[in-house]
Amino acid sequence: MKSNFSHAVFTAIITFIVSFPLLGLNLVTGGTSMSIEGAGPTTWMYIGAAVAIVFFFQLFRDQFTGLFRHIPKPSFNTGYQSLEPAKKAKVENWFTFAIILIALVWPFMVSRGSIDLATLVLIYVMLGLGLNIVVGLAGLLDLGYVAFYAVGAYSYALLSLYYDISFWLALPIAGIMAALFGFLLGFPVLRLRGDYLAIVTLGFGEIIRIFLLNATSLTGGPNGIGGIDKPTLFGMEFGRRVKEEGNTLFHEVMGISYDSTYKVIFLYLLALILVVITVFVIRRLVRMPVGRAWEALREDEIACRSLGMNRTVIKLSAFTIGAAFAGFAGCFFAARQGFISPESFTFIESAIILAIVVLGGMGSQMGVILAAIAMTVLPELAREFQEYRMLMFGLMMVLMMVWRPQGLLPSKRPHLELADDK
Amino acid sequence: MTNKTLLNVSDLRMQFGGLVAVNGVNLRVEEGQIVSIIGPNGAGKTTVFNCLSGFYTPTSGVVEFMGEEIQKLPDFKISLKGMVRTFQHVRLFNEMTVVENLLVAQHRHSNTNLLSGLFNTPAYKKSEERAMHRARYWLDKVGLTDVANREAGNLSYGQQRRLEIARCMVTEPKLLLLDEPAAGLNPKETKDLDNLIVSLKEDYHVSVLLIEHDMNLVMGISDNIYVINQGTPLASGTPEEIKGNPDVIKAYLGEV
Ligand SMILES: Nc1ncnc2c1ncn2[C@@H]1O[C@H](COP(=O)(O)OP(=O)(O)OP(=O)(O)O)[C@@H](O)[C@H]1O
Ligand SMILES: [Mg+2]
Repeated sequence: MKSNFSHAVFTAIITFIVSFPLLGLNLVTGGTSMSIEGAGPTTWMYIGAAVAIVFFFQLFRDQFTGLFRHIPKPSFNTGYQSLEPAKKAKVENWFTFAIILIALVWPFMVSRGSIDLATLVLIYVMLGLGLNIVVGLAGLLDLGYVAFYAVGAYSYALLSLYYDISFWLALPIAGIMAALFGFLLGFPVLRLRGDYLAIVTLGFGEIIRIFLLNATSLTGGPNGIGGIDKPTLFGMEFGRRVKEEGNTLFHEVMGISYDSTYKVIFLYLLALILVVITVFVIRRLVRMPVGRAWEALREDEIACRSLGMNRTVIKLSAFTIGAAFAGFAGCFFAARQGFISPESFTFIESAIILAIVVLGGMGSQMGVILAAIAMTVLPELAREFQEYRMLMFGLMMVLMMVWRPQGLLPSKRPHLELADDK
Repeated sequence: MTNKTLLNVSDLRMQFGGLVAVNGVNLRVEEGQIVSIIGPNGAGKTTVFNCLSGFYTPTSGVVEFMGEEIQKLPDFKISLKGMVRTFQHVRLFNEMTVVENLLVAQHRHSNTNLLSGLFNTPAYKKSEERAMHRARYWLDKVGLTDVANREAGNLSYGQQRRLEIARCMVTEPKLLLLDEPAAGLNPKETKDLDNLIVSLKEDYHVSVLLIEHDMNLVMGISDNIYVINQGTPLASGTPEEIKGNPDVIKAYLGEV
């Protein structure tokens, strides 16, 4: 209690020192000179209240955290955890299969808006899965992931604008470009640890965005790039009229009347395919030596070094591969929107993707997918609360940390069968 | 016994600010030998290991491994050359399973080509099978087959120690540096460890450099012993010579 008291006094004084010059003093410009004036009584009241709140909170900190701990936890026990590994794998396979099946049939039964939203969800799933490699598996806190998303999107936009390159050719190029940027950034910064890495990547994300904003002659600056070609299906376009010489029209080939919904469904299915490929590729990666090395590095870097593993190379591979997935997602995003501008690639995007990874449980794929759905659909459902979105967001994260720091679905360890030869 | 020198350390010195932790240490390990470093707590034994394995860059001195100077090399390169260490405080990948610990350690032998892994080519499959085979072999050797799929962090202390040694062995080292492997083991486990180390030398032709406080173990298996006191070499010789050395006895009694 005594130490709490002195601590409380100390923090109260700090609060005062910090808030007084910020709020209690005003700079007033009069002609060419400036003078400092004290603030009005209401401001003083606020400062006093803040100091009091901090003081009492610190004084009764233990009791508060005790209260917090007693928030009832929802029960997550479904009996799934206690299944045998072999059965678990079977259940998981069926589950995956069922989800893919539902996802395939689903767009033909719902409204256009829902499909559109689902496509957005799929983009976030792809981004979440990609960042999950970097943050969840390799344990590298990357706060500038959106930069690689931007690189992918602008790669396609610029290639389409200047060289008239199609979506399908641009897709791998966008992935490679993003990977290249990941590699170039990773090389110097992966020596840094934890917080430093986070700050440098944060800065990198902003640099890319500001560059795109200012390179007006190349990227159109804040006006962005419009009229980006939509993807085609074996040379079939989904518009009303042919845009590109030599292409055909989907509804004409199929002999049906034009409906703009086809395009939306096509984009959705395309995103779905990209996500399914992403899921399977990453699943394989984590079982491969490189995936094992990522995890080992996250757990104990010193032990890894003692075993002859080059941590720079391993981290770099995680960073580069993670960036490549953002590049694919970016390319698809540009194609779907038909218009991109730097505004789509602000820090808040990085934060949302990171939240998806954290919410989903670091390293867990199914968790990331669920979290991406939650993070994208919930705000849409609660449009009236748009202004409180960030608040809800924060609340959700705090509750998550209290209830279930390992995420919605904790990562499942790939189980290695030691073929029984007893 | 061959007489080829595997490790030759001369005039090793490590200074932390004003503190000279290691001062003029010389060591020599011949192929097929078990050599021990002993000395009171804080003598600088672990620091010597850190210098040899590249975790610290020595202030001065020469470390020669298989005729090549390695004191400036980064840690992972030294490990790749075949000098692999354990830690005084066990460092396992606690949240990974026991087998996975052994698979990770074989990174250097693995087929790390991404494409061959993604497409599961025959070469990749073979490399993975080989890794699994080696893991199973060493699990059996150190008696951990039963717990192969448990998380390493859940093992008992003795099991963790053995896993750490197995994890070094799957890398196929030439020289094994063991930092107090018997610390915290019961007498039976210590006896097993004794047998294991001798077997590593006899059956796998691995040389061992050992730091240990358990004098029975050290005196029983060492070909040669170096005594360090407060960073400086005090004596060296066969177990008999060390047992009878008055300086060594004084250093140990003076400590206790
Ligand atoms: N990184 C470091 N920075 C500063 N001092 C260090 C560092 N590493 C070791 N020391 C100091 O060097 C001295 C020798 O430590 P070391 O750990 O090598 O002893 P040791 O012989 O292994 O002892 P023990 O038997 O207890 O393991 C100690 O005084 C220690 O505090
Ligand atoms: Mg030590």
